[in-house]
Amino acid sequence: MRRRTRPLRLRIVFAVAVPIAIVAAWQIVATARPSLYWPSPLMIVQSFGRTWLDGMIVQDVLPSLGRFVVGYLIAVVVGVVLGLLIGSFRRLRYAAEPVIDIFRAVPPPVIVPVVMLFVGIGDDMKIIVIAIGSVWPVLLNTVEGVRGIDEVQRSTADSYRVSPWRRYVRIALPAATPQILVGARQSLSIALIMMVISEMFAATNGIGFNIVQFQRLFALPEMWGGIVILGVIGVVANVLFTFAERRVAAWHFGMQESR
Amino acid sequence: MSTVEPILEVSGLRKVYGSGPGAVEAIGSLDFSIGRGELVCIVGPSGAGKTTFLRCVSGLLAPTSGTIALEGAPVSGPPPGMAVVLQEYGRSLYPWMTVAQNVELPLLEKRMTRARRAELVTSSLVAVGLPHAGRQYPWQLSGGMQQRVAIARAIAYEPHILVMDEPFAAVDAQTRAELEDLVRGLWQRLGVTVLFVTHDIDESVYLGERVLVLSSAPACILAEIPVDLPAARDQLTTRALPRFVELRTEVYERIQEAKHTSYSADAGGPARPADAVPAVVG
Repeated sequence: MRRRTRPLRLRIVFAVAVPIAIVAAWQIVATARPSLYWPSPLMIVQSFGRTWLDGMIVQDVLPSLGRFVVGYLIAVVVGVVLGLLIGSFRRLRYAAEPVIDIFRAVPPPVIVPVVMLFVGIGDDMKIIVIAIGSVWPVLLNTVEGVRGIDEVQRSTADSYRVSPWRRYVRIALPAATPQILVGARQSLSIALIMMVISEMFAATNGIGFNIVQFQRLFALPEMWGGIVILGVIGVVANVLFTFAERRVAAWHFGMQESR
Repeated sequence: MSTVEPILEVSGLRKVYGSGPGAVEAIGSLDFSIGRGELVCIVGPSGAGKTTFLRCVSGLLAPTSGTIALEGAPVSGPPPGMAVVLQEYGRSLYPWMTVAQNVELPLLEKRMTRARRAELVTSSLVAVGLPHAGRQYPWQLSGGMQQRVAIARAIAYEPHILVMDEPFAAVDAQTRAELEDLVRGLWQRLGVTVLFVTHDIDESVYLGERVLVLSSAPACILAEIPVDLPAARDQLTTRALPRFVELRTEVYERIQEAKHTSYSADAGGPARPADAVPAVVG
């Protein structure tokens, strides 16, 4: 065990020290040669209190987060349900896979103007855009996960005459879970991208909307503040995902560690 | 044994994979029956098509021709009165379920109360010597213990016939001896019919009341050897009996014959990923 703790400690030191060093270097350069486009970290932090933390949290950050969470959850649920079906029925897979390949080859941001035509520029549009953009990794990984179920596990279920419904819920779904989680993690970053893009196109509030507004108003420390917020959201979302993943597939991680 | 009412009747069973000139005959023709309450071992050289045969008997694979009847009803899919224990215990138990959940899963399909299910799970885990393992996950257990769980799942299902496909081929020798005694004990206590497939000659003689010797592929039954050893068997004394030695010699000779007798052109047929490398037909 001691052997493992030392590299771990080293990693924590690096994980903290390197970002601090980068920010410090940024601060030094920005102070030495001030530039309108590269405000110093201190200026960004100072602008933070006036803008993002004052009112904008409720007016912009929370609505963005809400759309992000709802859109992402829709993508996961739809992706898993469709993936279970497509993965279970060969004919359905033959029919669906070419279509899926075409749809996911389209770069997700181009769906924004299309969806706008149909549902306007409200929250619906953003949620739909996030869901459509991020559904593919979950869907494809669920299909693969279901197809990859062990042959012995499958024939065991056959020989004990496990009903179709229980096969989905008790066998196919858990068996595919490790693979589904791989897809869900990819979808998470796409969902964040789609959240920002949908707000940059057309919106009246939100983080992406304000980053564009600040840039147009030459309020550059404030613009950078928005980018920092996006970074923080991404990191927190990943940490929460890892936490959820460990709970949902505790058996999978336990099994890996027991090997 | 023919006086006993038959529970499983196999007649003219034949299985050919593929068709045309590339067809591979795994089972030539099998005819036998097993009486209710019997413990029959099927022993055959590796590559005899044992797994193909078992998949047919358990309704997972449709035979090319011939019939299988369990308790008088033809087998066309997995029959309700049968439980199967496979060699690959690590893959037949579901790693996302606890031991108790694994044992309980097949029972959910049967109409019984929750209390009855819990009772069956507990009593079967006790019967296989794992009374405290219910809340653990299969991967936290040793290989031998995992196979005990698979056996517990099978007996909790209350089958009329228990089919075992080389269940102990992947465990160490000591565990194997313990598990053999466990199977004999369960057979005697529960009165369930057991069809035990193995490639191990000693195991077939030690366990069985009757041994069916299978030829190499395409499989047929070469000999049927009744095992007239005392019912109470013991790893040390039974295996030391002169009669035990005679019987295993007999089975061994039959299997040697099986290997050297060519029933069909055996010129390097395509290797199959199943347990068999069956000969090419024709």
